[in-house]
Amino acid sequence: MTSSFTATLAYSMPASALQIVLVALGGPLLLGLMAKIRARAEGRVGAPISQPLKDIRKLLSKERLHARHASVVLPLAPIVILAATAVAIGIAPLITTHPALGASADILVIVYLLLTGSVAGALAGLDTGTAFGGMGASRAMTIGALAEPALLVAVIALSIQAGTSNLPAIVSSTLAHPNWVSGPSRLLALVALVIVIIAETGRLPVDNPATHLELTMIHEAMILEYAGPELALVTLGGAMRLGLLFSLVANLFFPWGIGSNGSLVGLLVGVLALALKTSVIAVGVSLIEIHSAKLRLFRLPELLAGAFVMSVLAVITGLVTR
Amino acid sequence: MTGIRSIDEIGVDELHGRSTTLLDAGHRLATVVAHDDGDFLRVVYVFTMGPPDVRHELVVRLNATSPVVPSLSDLSFVASRFERELHDTFGIVPAGHPFVRPLVRHQHWPERWYPLRRDAGPMPAMRDDSAPYPFIEVQGAGVYEIPVGPVHAGLIEPGHFRFSVVGETILKMTARLWYVHRGIERMLQGADVASGLQIAERISGDTAVGHSLAYCMAVEEARGLVVSDDALVLRAVLLEMERLYNHVADVGALCNDVSFGVADARASVIREQLLRLNESVTGHRFLRGAISVGATSVKRLPSRSELLDVAEQFEALVRLATSNSVVVDRFEGTAVLSAKDALAIGTLGVVARASGLAIDARAQHPFLASPSPFEPVIHQAGDVMARFDQRVGEVRASLQLVEHFCTMATPLAGSSEVVTPALGSGLGLVEGWRGTIVHRVELDRDGMISRGRVVDPSFHNWPALSIALADTIVPDFPLANKSFNLSYAGNDL
Repeated sequence: MTSSFTATLAYSMPASALQIVLVALGGPLLLGLMAKIRARAEGRVGAPISQPLKDIRKLLSKERLHARHASVVLPLAPIVILAATAVAIGIAPLITTHPALGASADILVIVYLLLTGSVAGALAGLDTGTAFGGMGASRAMTIGALAEPALLVAVIALSIQAGTSNLPAIVSSTLAHPNWVSGPSRLLALVALVIVIIAETGRLPVDNPATHLELTMIHEAMILEYAGPELALVTLGGAMRLGLLFSLVANLFFPWGIGSNGSLVGLLVGVLALALKTSVIAVGVSLIEIHSAKLRLFRLPELLAGAFVMSVLAVITGLVTR
Repeated sequence: MTGIRSIDEIGVDELHGRSTTLLDAGHRLATVVAHDDGDFLRVVYVFTMGPPDVRHELVVRLNATSPVVPSLSDLSFVASRFERELHDTFGIVPAGHPFVRPLVRHQHWPERWYPLRRDAGPMPAMRDDSAPYPFIEVQGAGVYEIPVGPVHAGLIEPGHFRFSVVGETILKMTARLWYVHRGIERMLQGADVASGLQIAERISGDTAVGHSLAYCMAVEEARGLVVSDDALVLRAVLLEMERLYNHVADVGALCNDVSFGVADARASVIREQLLRLNESVTGHRFLRGAISVGATSVKRLPSRSELLDVAEQFEALVRLATSNSVVVDRFEGTAVLSAKDALAIGTLGVVARASGLAIDARAQHPFLASPSPFEPVIHQAGDVMARFDQRVGEVRASLQLVEHFCTMATPLAGSSEVVTPALGSGLGLVEGWRGTIVHRVELDRDGMISRGRVVDPSFHNWPALSIALADTIVPDFPLANKSFNLSYAGNDL
């Protein structure tokens, strides 16, 4: 008991803190990388990859402004979003399989921590009482409700093989059984998860983060009324959420490189591995974005239903091949 | 080469009957122009049809103190909107009009101030009486309103859109425009012909050729000038060059509105190439300055290889866009405007032709003698895809036309001579890239403009957008709007 407590203090806590800092910096950089790839594909030079970080710093130095009729929900939501995302990042196996509170890092906990952030965002969208905020909130919740079953069933497929729904345990047992990764169940779950993550992070073909057309917006419509430091927090929260989801996909389907032995070197290798893996995913998602256009809003249920079907198939093949 | 204009001075009580006959015979009401002649107001109803090119003018005189015309709103939707405009700018009451709400006039205009009357004087102080514009409210369970604009994100002109929506489905959309009303027609009053041209070129920045050409043709007719064939050919080249750069930009913009940015980036490259070509041809990227009253001159003509290069890149762009199944899915079946509605509303140009109507001033009112009649490109479906295909087809046709004209036109300038009697008034009908532009000009004894009247095709096409949106979903509005791509400045004047 004492030794595990010491280990938590000396290794897991700092490792979790490092994870949060890493994703807080890395999430915006991933956004910058994706913007850069798009710019190059369109024949532009594009902003430097560090631009989203600079934007957040700029926004943080601006004055706070609130819509006149907004309640306390508007200024509170960014804090809730950021806190929920940070906790999820802290306990998830990103650079180590032994994060702080790793035992409670159940897949459901992570999913609902992220959902807490989404709900806070939607409430903030409704709070200002503008047509766009409500429209964005309604759309985001609709997509969230469609994406969530696919997400849950996909992770159930993963937990069948590992025999647990604890994320660090799934990652550890995948490390022990490398042949799982190439199994049909994993591949189906991977495709389903990638679709869900594209929907959850508001990327094309679901949402266009770069659009100026208010009527087509989903996530951006919710946060239209934010300015200054609060916009910085919301933007950072969104970037961290993207970083976390990319990292989870990376580690659930390709866990190698993650620190698993509790050593400092292992952690450093874990950091490098995570940066590399998430960058590869970012490049992949960018390529999907460049070659796709935005789906009609009423087509999104079809896309997400497809993801759901694939995750159900992943569960079935997982059960059959167990 | 333009059609002969007949002018009939009739009694007010004959107006409705004569209009019925003309409209039933297939004429369209091209414009209604009121003139303040001091003791009385003179209203000219211009009916056009073609081919062959026919122009009829019905003229009625009204008492200046209490001007009333019988409303033609039961015959023509177009007339009902012209009448609302006359009510706002001249105080002419259309008797029998079902709903004379303001069209041009915003609530901060003082009551009973009619800016186009001679005694209007300088513009009085504007004030906001806070009276809301009477939008028709859709009632029912779950119906809510989304107000958008007049200030929009992105670099577009101002306009207010009021959506009545259930869920994501649009039940009704009303556009409130005239936020960029600059008083163009008032500016034209009393201007000399050269300053009038400067104003006409700037009515809508992307339609410099269309508007300046329609203006010049109207002035030339009023003065009795006949322009040489060389100048006419150059004008035809410039008109198609304007169509090219605008349609190419629209093809890209449509892709951008479904977030297919790569295609838009490619279209921007082609557009820039065309703008540079414009500059080398006329000295101005937006083709200003080449057309003047009675003359036209360019620095050089586009070469065959330049046109081929544009054509090649454009075909690659079209392949890129149409091979993307998501793009096609977004375009197909979105914001359908039926031929019946398009005709009833009086739509013009690209929008009308994409709904299957063969309306094109190049065929109906050609200014250039041509051995073979011009065949406009037409599509039937009336959806966003049809309007996309329409632009693609017109770009291809325009490239061929420019090439054809450039092999014809050797001299780089053409002029005119006075041969026909000066009429004092003139009508210009030009197929600009959006559709048929109408200018009507009257000159006074000193040759100054006593009245200049402008109708941009956008004026007729804006109401069609609302109709096409029925059963469209809210997030498809920007795409539908872009597929119409109407001018705010041209509409608001």
